[in-house]
Amino acid sequence: MKMKMKTKIQELQKGIEELAKNMGQITIMEVCGTHTTSIHKYGIRELLPDNIKLVSGPGCPVCVTAQEDIAVAVSIAQQEDVIFTCFGDMMRVPCGDKSLYSLYETGKDIRIVTSPLDALRIAQDNPNKQVVYFGIGFETTAPLTAALIEATDEYGVQNLSIYSAHKTMPQALRQLLKNGSSIDALICPGHVATIIGANAFSFVPEELLMPATVAGFGAYEIMAALFSIIHMLRKSQKSCINMYPNAVTEHGNQEALSLLYKVFEPCNALWRGMGEIKESGLGIRESFGKFDAAQRFEFSIDEIEEAKGCICSSILCGKSKPTDCANFGRACTPSKPLGACMVSSEGSCAAYFRYGRYKARQ
Amino acid sequence: MQKTITLAHGSGGEAYRELVKEVFLPAYSNDILSPLTDSAICAAGEKIAMTTDSYVVKPLFFPGGDIGRLCVSGTVNDLAVSGAYPKYLSVGMIIEAGFEMEKLVRIVKSIAMTAKEAGVTIVTGDTKVVEGGSADSIFINTAGIGVFTEDRKPLPQKIVPGDKIIISGYMASHGMAIMAARENMGFTPPIGSDVAPIATLVNRVLQNGCKISAMRDPTRGGVAATLCEWVTPNTDIAIYDSMLPVRPDVSAACEILGMDPLYIANEGIMLLSVPAPYAEEALVSLHSVNLGKNAAIIGEVKEGDGNVYAVTDYRTKRKIIMPQGEILPRIC
Repeated sequence: MKMKMKTKIQELQKGIEELAKNMGQITIMEVCGTHTTSIHKYGIRELLPDNIKLVSGPGCPVCVTAQEDIAVAVSIAQQEDVIFTCFGDMMRVPCGDKSLYSLYETGKDIRIVTSPLDALRIAQDNPNKQVVYFGIGFETTAPLTAALIEATDEYGVQNLSIYSAHKTMPQALRQLLKNGSSIDALICPGHVATIIGANAFSFVPEELLMPATVAGFGAYEIMAALFSIIHMLRKSQKSCINMYPNAVTEHGNQEALSLLYKVFEPCNALWRGMGEIKESGLGIRESFGKFDAAQRFEFSIDEIEEAKGCICSSILCGKSKPTDCANFGRACTPSKPLGACMVSSEGSCAAYFRYGRYKARQ
Repeated sequence: MQKTITLAHGSGGEAYRELVKEVFLPAYSNDILSPLTDSAICAAGEKIAMTTDSYVVKPLFFPGGDIGRLCVSGTVNDLAVSGAYPKYLSVGMIIEAGFEMEKLVRIVKSIAMTAKEAGVTIVTGDTKVVEGGSADSIFINTAGIGVFTEDRKPLPQKIVPGDKIIISGYMASHGMAIMAARENMGFTPPIGSDVAPIATLVNRVLQNGCKISAMRDPTRGGVAATLCEWVTPNTDIAIYDSMLPVRPDVSAACEILGMDPLYIANEGIMLLSVPAPYAEEALVSLHSVNLGKNAAIIGEVKEGDGNVYAVTDYRTKRKIIMPQGEILPRIC
């Protein structure tokens, strides 16, 4: 099986090289943090001819969480009798000189959960505390938060609330890839597509006039998606092709979507490095408003500036590379991140730092 | 004997003596320890290896082992990979008042059993008790002494271009076992730690005069940290994805949690850098011991510029760097 896969990847490599000949510079963007990491991890760039450039977009939900949202999280977590829960990768995101991790080190009760429903259990086990869950992620994780809110309501649990910084992809993609972008094609986020369906990305060829594929995450799946894109570009075909049929259907997971929009509604959202994007966030509906931590807690946050010299906003849009940034690898590293793209292991700068730096090329 | 540890047990008086007499002495039982003098008097030859480690692992008891087995294995293994014969161990404990005696007895029995397995003698120790809330259950420090002989000299501990990199068994088992146990992940069957003393493995490899450039037990930071510590400005280390041995359950857990086995802690394996002519011999020696049956050549040392990288199945390269920050706290 393994030999077969290796041969298939090598065949795709040859096929892409053939197709891409004499096509000039081709720039393809992916907008899923797991694609960013997989492309680096499997060395996909080494398999491609020089005229194909892969750039990463704002596909890492941790990276695009606004500093203002982190500041609110930090402010709530510092309050008396609060147990603050979140996924592990939010712990180290810096906001000024603080982070949830730095609060944890000083003894604040901050707990990493592997499922949002863990927060419900913690709330039930600690009736005298206020438990808060930090909702981060795109359409892949938001339905789980919706399930948490629904369960909290059903069980009548009073001491749990949720701070939602959830975001959705389509509006952000429209803003990013509208007229004048240098991107020729899009690799669509495979995990998001399992929820919202492949058809949700039909606006990419229809409105943004570029081909797109929904791709899986192994080396073979990514190469197959790239082959499909280059093929479409060569024929000037503008379609969105689902190359991840094992997990992604045309219409997605209807049950998850139904639950998601029962609890949440679209709202404007602040994206780190990109500013406010209309209708790109998920806010808790009024009917579930009593579980909204933003309403339950008082907090005040100071104005926050991006770190000096940070070019994350340009990197998130695929206009610059991590190595274009003067801070990269010096003032800004995964253990001391200054900007959005370094904070999470799925950010462009973190992935490049992790996998891409060699002392001298052979 | 009382059911819980109290402050009196740590104060050097009657309760302390009773603890030593009833719990520690019977378990560790040897002539060097039994006089209970202030210092142990041991024979050690001209050159010794000495090491120390403190153990704060959480949870105390986990699938595949416990803090007792860990505090002996970890220290013994550091001695063994230096080339010395591990001989003597000290066991210092800081115990939180209120700690259950039954758990202490279990831990002490585990220490004794693992020491016997490793061929080391517990020659001295210390016990302190602190107020409830001042320590988390129990912290243990072990210091160890190993001896060199005519036929066992200190290893160079320097990799050389042309060396083969060999691993003695499956990787990432300990770190994933601890994570799964701590977070109640409910894997069925539970992921077991690989914690074990590896002195017998080292003895088998070195007994026939096999030349070894470097040996290390890849604990915190995993195989990646050891390779990054070994590489020098004029060498590269290349390892091959297809050759890395990982247990299927550990591999699956790593995939679910998005972790790379190369960066996860181990407590029962070693890495060796072996000059090419001796690589096959080292591998055969490892395979002849149960603990080494999954040993494999995983890569090589080349002339280079200080890069460590993994080669994928389809010949692309993936850089390996020193782990940044703490992947999981209190793993050992």
